[in-house]
Amino acid sequence: MEAVLFFLAAIGALGGAVGVIAMRNPFYSVLALIVHLFSLAVLFLLLTSAFVAAAQVVVYAGAVMVLYVFVVAYVGGGGESAWEPIPGQRFLAPLLGIALFVELSVAVLSSALLALGTHGPDVPAGFGDPAAIGRLLLEKFLLPFEASSILLLIAAVGAIVLAGRRREEGAGGASERFAHEANGPSGDSNPTPQRRSASEEAPPAPSPTGVTP
Amino acid sequence: MNVEWYIVLSALLFATGAIGILVRRSPMVILLCLELMLNAGNLALVAFSRMVGNGQGQVFAIVVMVIAACEVVVGLGLIVAIFRRRLPLNVDDLRELRG
Repeated sequence: MEAVLFFLAAIGALGGAVGVIAMRNPFYSVLALIVHLFSLAVLFLLLTSAFVAAAQVVVYAGAVMVLYVFVVAYVGGGGESAWEPIPGQRFLAPLLGIALFVELSVAVLSSALLALGTHGPDVPAGFGDPAAIGRLLLEKFLLPFEASSILLLIAAVGAIVLAGRRREEGAGGASERFAHEANGPSGDSNPTPQRRSASEEAPPAPSPTGVTP
Repeated sequence: MNVEWYIVLSALLFATGAIGILVRRSPMVILLCLELMLNAGNLALVAFSRMVGNGQGQVFAIVVMVIAACEVVVGLGLIVAIFRRRLPLNVDDLRELRG
């Protein structure tokens, strides 16, 4: 039963990962990544780490992917050019990836970790549940916990600074923005290099809700 | 299932993410491939945590999730800023580090 579940989840995770890099449309890539994340949550449950699996589904597949979907919908798909700056890149890259996989597998499997071939020790019933993780986070790893919360705050502020409206547009921009909205949405979703010269005029798009957390 | 199966799967997912970063051009898909690689690392961390029988590896995995969330937020902010300036969303055209 466990082996069947493992292989099903492994196929899901691998299929999702291949789907992410194979899909032309970024929106489908995001959906494939959600499949991948759910399969990984199943694998985490098989490894008796319930809290990490729950966090994976709620935080990753729930919140972070919604952010991706919003930005993909705002920016739009846009096809990738077939032009290759390095000749043969599309053929060299999978070869290098396979080499990386072989190298990682050999490095781990040929190490002296004898416990790799086992199922792992028998763990108590509460292993990996929210109570055990919470006790670890708030007692032993209190400093990393607080540091990561400060890092999240800095990232949120940084995203607002990066994606927010610039100051010179902010003062006179409000009425101008409404005028643009009255004229209807004029921006298409596929920026081309020819439009690069127009970078100084005010952006016509309405403010993106949900882009900044 | 033995722990080595999980480790080999993690290496496979990591290599897939690396191939994606090398092949794709869109910054959005490159961010998604970064997520793949971070999640492969997470899987290895949780598998080793199970192998040792100690919950500390899972705390590491949660911290990796926090780092991934920060990376997503800043990366998507950069993509929105690039889009607002009407630059092409293609990493080959964006290699000059100036608008």
